[in-house]
Order: sequence, then structure tokens, then C-alpha cells
Amino acid sequence: MNLRASSEPMGEIGVTVRPFARYAELLGEECIELRLRAPATVADAIRALRAGSESARRLPERPLVAVDLQHVLPDRVLTDGDELALLPPLAGG
Amino acid sequence: MAFVTTDPIDPVVLLEEVMGPDRGGTAMFLGTVRCGPDDGPVEAIDYSGYREMVEAEFGRIADEATTRWPDARVTGRHRLGEIPLGEASIAIVAAAPHRIEALEACRYVLEECKQRLPVWKRERLADGTERWREGEGTAWVSPSP
Repeated sequence: MNLRASSEPMGEIGVTVRPFARYAELLGEECIELRLRAPATVADAIRALRAGSESARRLPERPLVAVDLQHVLPDRVLTDGDELALLPPLAGG
Repeated sequence: MAFVTTDPIDPVVLLEEVMGPDRGGTAMFLGTVRCGPDDGPVEAIDYSGYREMVEAEFGRIADEATTRWPDARVTGRHRLGEIPLGEASIAIVAAAPHRIEALEACRYVLEECKQRLPVWKRERLADGTERWREGEGTAWVSPSP
């Protein structure tokens, strides 16, 4: 799935969203490409994702997100090529 | 040794990884798949995870533990895949010169794993149905340093 949050061709970044576990079931995809107007944060990416489909609107407004194999907060600024992992509530152990 | 495995966890192997002649205390925690009175007819749990991040996050947690308790050595395993009742899904072992450091380091690593590892459980019930069993791990309040 490709979602575009901005019609501006310049000043955009592309990020990949990887939903896991229940979120992957919910979205029906394992990989979603997003185009965002720069500068963009994790919160901007989640907003764009949730606006993109009925199923995505069922995601929480503030899901757990990891970038670069690390947990990040919603105000984390994204760079072109980042991969956002969408993590349902963790249940390790 | 990788933290994530799909094989049964062998506690003896983990003990050998951290025990030594200068470490007189060793603490081990084993988490096993259970079917308690409040759990329903669970027959097995299918564990899935974001493997690369589980490895990275466990490495960070282990580093934090050895920063806090410099004389301790810690190791662990998290098993993914379908795990039957009674078998271990996670093992954490800490060895240190004295029992207090070993117990505290083991507890620290375990609790951080519960909060931070991107792992999920899908329970398989006796009637053949399955359901997600989500935990309370919420790294919003404790992002990785």
C-alpha cells in the first residue's frame, strides 16, 4: 500500500511502516510505504497512516513505535528511508 | 549466543555461560507457559517477535545491568514459536560474587524484558480457537537510552 500525506513533490520523505502481530492482522499488510512532508515526526506518520484506510483508523492514536530497532517517542523526527515498526502492547516473557 | 531461539531452553547451558569461580551467587528466572484458573483452557502459546529488535533490546538491557552491577554476568533466552504448557518461554540468569547483586541483576533484566521486548503471545485454546494475549509492556514511558 502506498499512502501520500502531502501533494508536495519537494521536501518529502519516504518511510516504511512495518506492523507486527495484531496490527499486521488488522492492516492486512506487512509493509506500507508512506510519503510525508518534511519535517515529519512519528506522530505525523501515524496520523497519515490512520487517515489512509478504514482498518488503519482502528489503530490507536499513539501506538508503540520503534525506529532503527529502538523504541521512540511520538516527537521523534523521521528521515528519508526510516522504517517504523508498529508494535502492539508488548507481551514478552 | 543469540537471545532468541525456537528450540527448548536448556537452563544448564545458560548457567554455564555466566557461572565462574569468582561468582558465588547465581540467580535464574524461568517463565513457563501456564494455564491457571484465570487463563481459560490454554493448550499452548505461539510467541512471535520482531527478532532483530528483540536481540538489540536485550543487548541494551544486559549492558545496563552490567553497568549497574559491574561484577555481574547476565545471559538469557527468549523462545519464539509455539510453546506447549509447562515449557519455558524465557530464561534470565545472572551470576555475581554475592547473592544480592545476582538477584537484583536478574530481576532488573527480567522486568526490563517484560517492558521492552517486542514479543507477542497468541494463545491456542482447547477448542481450537486462538486469541491474542497482550501484555502491559509500554515503552512510551521508558524509551531506550
